[in-house]
Amino acid sequence: MTGLAIAANGLRKSYGDKAVLDGIDLAVPEGTIFSLLGPNGAGKTTVVKILSTLVTADAGELRVGGHDLAADPQAVRATIGVTGQFSAVDGLITGEENMLLMADLHHLSKREGRRVSAELLERFDLAEAASKPASTYSGGMKRRLDIAMTLVGGPRIIFLDEPTTGLDPRSRHTMWQIIRELVTGGVTVFLTTQYLEEADELAHRIAVLHDGTIAAEGTADELKRIVPGGHVRLRFTDPAAYRKAASALREVTRDDDALTLRIPGDGSQRELRAVLDALDSAGVEADELTVHTPDLDDVFFALTGGAAVPAQPKEAVR
Amino acid sequence: MSNLALAVRDSSTMLRRNLLHARRYPSLTLNLLLTPVMLLLLFVYIFGDVMSAGLGDGAGGRSAYIAYIVPGLLLMTIGSTTIGTAVSVSMDMNEGIIARFRTMAIHRGSVLVGHVIGSVLQSVASVILVGAVGVAIGFRSTDATALEWLAAFGLLVLFALALTWIAVGMGLISPNAEAASNNALPLILLPLLSSAFVPVDGMPGWFRPVAEYQPFTPAIETLRGLLLGTEIGHNGWLAVAWCVGLAVLGYFWATAKFQQDPKR
Repeated sequence: MTGLAIAANGLRKSYGDKAVLDGIDLAVPEGTIFSLLGPNGAGKTTVVKILSTLVTADAGELRVGGHDLAADPQAVRATIGVTGQFSAVDGLITGEENMLLMADLHHLSKREGRRVSAELLERFDLAEAASKPASTYSGGMKRRLDIAMTLVGGPRIIFLDEPTTGLDPRSRHTMWQIIRELVTGGVTVFLTTQYLEEADELAHRIAVLHDGTIAAEGTADELKRIVPGGHVRLRFTDPAAYRKAASALREVTRDDDALTLRIPGDGSQRELRAVLDALDSAGVEADELTVHTPDLDDVFFALTGGAAVPAQPKEAVR
Repeated sequence: MSNLALAVRDSSTMLRRNLLHARRYPSLTLNLLLTPVMLLLLFVYIFGDVMSAGLGDGAGGRSAYIAYIVPGLLLMTIGSTTIGTAVSVSMDMNEGIIARFRTMAIHRGSVLVGHVIGSVLQSVASVILVGAVGVAIGFRSTDATALEWLAAFGLLVLFALALTWIAVGMGLISPNAEAASNNALPLILLPLLSSAFVPVDGMPGWFRPVAEYQPFTPAIETLRGLLLGTEIGHNGWLAVAWCVGLAVLGYFWATAKFQQDPKR
């Protein structure tokens, strides 16, 4: 195995009768960010739990960091770092004690442990709160401590399970910055999220998990292309202007009650200009113009909605 | 690092973590100490004169009853402390940090070993505290040699180890702290049904087997024999057998439970 940090073939897992993961293939090159995207209950966390040796798979050939997951889980554990969805800090002890606990468990010397922990606490802006019990930390601080603890051993592959769920926008951006910095150091990041925006911002490749299977995989742009949900929306207050605009523009979806028009498209500058030109030459002015880009909802409606899904992503223009 | 060195190193790290918890949040341990201390004072000062009549060897009075009851309460203290073990293990298992430990290249058993050693140390500290209360109200060991003191101490540690492993197993099968303290209730009820407060001979015939065939009675009789010079008889071996049996059973039960995939 060369160049693949994570490789999964035919990964299966059931809880009771319910198949949570129904034959999943994943290939994550070293030094990249891979994002597993999916709604709540899609099985994202189960994938992370299996790949991080927390839970055993029912079937599948799985390799993490070049080690076979079933044969040598301890070797896998030595190369990975995991930050789960629920904070994995010891709330009863201080932030610094949490860090030193990790240093001890990675068998660092006393001095090395102190150095690494001080450095990471500083880097994650926790130095000031280091001597307070972790249970008193805010959500964002707990996540930062959580990731700082994950980094103590210098893992080469890091699993982040919904690292920004429940964080305020500022903390979310801080977290994104942290994740980007990790990858510049050559680390591989396996990230789960329910936000397309987040995957878009960070990931080199994205896989969409739905009903226990990978519904689509590709770069953010490739995924957006298969989603037909993007459109420009025009709203009018004057029914006459509305009718005029509707006849001036080709390919619109009319909503006569709300006096709104939907023009499908990806909201590019060229498309917008065409719409505006058409309105200008018809001599009407919209009261409101919004550009709607595909979001997770659209991705899922597209990928799981049945008939509307084009078989070949490349030809997906509606 | 060899497997044993890894086990020792990680277990001592986990022990430090548990002792840190105990030191920072001593209220659970101290609350659990209240029960044996209150029972000691209650039985000695309120019921003492009446209870001593049941000892059989005539009118020893209150001081004779103090001598009778203290060994039982020392062992009950261990039972009481291990309820705290079950509660803290079940609480710990619900913490995300345990999931983190499971994904780290550390010795698998170290999490439980840390809990067990920490809890045994707490038991010993609790026994010393309750013992001090006993001495303060007039308990005196008669003619115990240094060797007998050592044996008594060894018995207490062994008994604590046995009950702790069982309590860890109880903690692991309990979904939350309330369930854990309910599941561990037998550990404090059993001494009430033993020879801790009254001799087995004074109990109704149908009940005697309950008092006889359980770990507390032989352990209490052995401790009495070591500290007060009463007849130990076969109780010594019985006590050791109970302790070893429970410790081994608890060890395999707890480690098997811990090795299973977590439910959530």
